Amino acid sequence: MQKSLNIDPGKCTGCLQCEMACSYEHTGTFNPSRSYIKVFTFHHEGRFAPYTCTQCDEAWCMRACPVDAIGIDASTGAKVVYEDKCVGCKVCTIACPFGTINYSQATGKVVKCDLCGGDPQCAAACPTDAITYVDADWTGYDRMMASAAKSLPSAEANA
Amino acid sequence: MQHLIIGAGPAGVVAAETLRKCDPDCSIAIIGDEPEPPYSRMAIPYYLIDNIEESGTYLRDPRAHFASQNIEVVQQKVDAVDTAGKSVTLADGSSRAYDKLLIATGSNPISPPIPGLDLPQVHSCWTLEDSRNIIRLAQPGSNVVLIGAGFIGCIILEALVKRGVNLAVVEMGNRMVPRMLDDKAGGLLETWCKNEGIDVHTSCSVQSIADAGNGQVEVELSDGGKLSAALVITATGVKANTSLVEGTDIKLDQGILVNRRMQSSNPDVYAAGDVAQGVDFSTGNFEVQAIQPTATDHGRIAALNMAGRDDEHHGTLNMNVLDTVGLISCSFGLWMGVDGGDSTELYNPDEFQYINLQFDGNTLVGASAVGKTQHVGVLRGLIESKIDLANWKDRLMADPTAVMEAYLASTQELGYS
Ligand SMILES: Cc1cc2nc3c(=O)[nH]c(=O)nc-3n(C[C@H](O)[C@H](O)[C@H](O)COP(=O)(O)OP(=O)(O)OC[C@H]3O[C@@H](n4cnc5c(N)ncnc54)[C@H](O)[C@@H]3O)c2cc1C
Ligand code: SF4
Ligand code: SF4
Repeated sequence: MQKSLNIDPGKCTGCLQCEMACSYEHTGTFNPSRSYIKVFTFHHEGRFAPYTCTQCDEAWCMRACPVDAIGIDASTGAKVVYEDKCVGCKVCTIACPFGTINYSQATGKVVKCDLCGGDPQCAAACPTDAITYVDADWTGYDRMMASAAKSLPSAEANA
Repeated sequence: MQHLIIGAGPAGVVAAETLRKCDPDCSIAIIGDEPEPPYSRMAIPYYLIDNIEESGTYLRDPRAHFASQNIEVVQQKVDAVDTAGKSVTLADGSSRAYDKLLIATGSNPISPPIPGLDLPQVHSCWTLEDSRNIIRLAQPGSNVVLIGAGFIGCIILEALVKRGVNLAVVEMGNRMVPRMLDDKAGGLLETWCKNEGIDVHTSCSVQSIADAGNGQVEVELSDGGKLSAALVITATGVKANTSLVEGTDIKLDQGILVNRRMQSSNPDVYAAGDVAQGVDFSTGNFEVQAIQPTATDHGRIAALNMAGRDDEHHGTLNMNVLDTVGLISCSFGLWMGVDGGDSTELYNPDEFQYINLQFDGNTLVGASAVGKTQHVGVLRGLIESKIDLANWKDRLMADPTAVMEAYLASTQELGYS
């Protein structure tokens, strides 16, 4: 069974260990601004919500790419960007309705969560288990994905 | 079932692939007149600066992809469509029958009515063929005049600057990209381009182009100025390429009129992409959008219906993202706002930062931004999901940058919307 990220925002303390681990894994530096997972802060409530690509079935990013630079990693099911093919046109960044594929001025390409090839470093780094990588067929993250997807009319219009 | 597709751009290719997914046994042929394998015009700016080889513009790997899906790709021009006899005639005189026909012939660049447009130094920037001409003439240090600072003009601006030419841009409108960005955002782009050494002329038009000898031309402007150039590029808009069906029973307006199933007034003929006047998500009106995401969406919906599935399109959201010599801008939906709707903005010209949100009641209906690259897609999510933002609307009115937070709080089970 394929695993997926399970995010429980209620457990997040906003420590940003996930962002540090992600940026280190993908860029070799501890630079949260270059992390592919992002912890959003809700100041009024004093709460936090980590969020990243849900590897959604619709794969709007992949469908929008003009040069076939996004594909599916067969082992994890992650939608991954092939850096050698990406021209940096950014059309995927406006196509993904969740805002989770983003242009990197540092590389001139887009970046998104690739599940670290099956060993997501955000989950490994999270001290409170707010992010876990589990084989469950109905994770909290799936629920997030479903609730986000059902709000979009185009989600139904698929082959 | 014989499916015929005219036009090998993104709309045609996605339609062919979707047809194959729906029906493993049908016959599918794409007929395209360009000499290259199916490619994406969007990749042209990157080809112009040698970022990619020509093969990097290909929509799919042409060696294996189409054969493996049993999709026939024919390199021919279609000369005529006979909707009564359900067949098309190709340039080589042969003809092909169809059960269902998809017209995905894209658009053609508009030639502005300027004397001298037929000189060999003048090119549009629409095809790979055009790109080769531009590469040949846009040598480092040479003078280049770009006519039109619309979406396509601005997209190739960066490539021209990177080629090291001296660039002048002439735009009739009072600002850059007038159909995608408002005054403030367009103004930021103009200042940015001037800072980058580009000679920008807004509210100005080209009167004539004349041969000046030595391979150069002289471009005369409406403000009295004269520019010398080795290359003039016209980017003054595009028009749906409907010539093939003019005079047939297929109804035309700005493009081929289609219903929500992408079906034309002839039930066996469908249209998709730049050539089709399909339904717009925001207005419910039928409009030609001429953008890539719309072309692929159209291709998919048309194919589903050609294959016999009944699939009505909810409409495509007009959206664009633009990188103008490093300054990134985007706009979505009704970015110019609606009557009686609220709007909010954050404008920081010193930092080249701008974000503008447009509401209808409690829902977001349009947005534009300059200098923002992170999480812009969520603007699409907020608009297309028509989420009632409730309390979050007030927060966004105070801080329009909190769009991601608004989206998460309104759609996810965070428990504190
Ligand atoms: C330089 C450039 C940059 C762009 N950048 C962007 C961008 O960043 N974002 C964006 O959204 N859009 C962009 N676009 C626009 C985008 O490329 C088009 O919206 C898209 O190509 C439309 O796809 P299509 O399949 O409808 O038509 P096309 O891609 O135009 O394909 C139609 C094909 O049909 C062929 N054809 C026409 N008539 C016949 C005939 N009679 N017989 C056989 N074949 C025929 C044409 O030759 C062509 O190959 C850009 C365009 C250009 C030129
Ligand atoms: S980046 Fe967005 S569109 Fe692409 S798979 Fe992830 S959630 Fe889906
Ligand atoms: S930025 Fe790269 S991955 Fe995204 S659509 Fe463009 S080429 Fe494809």
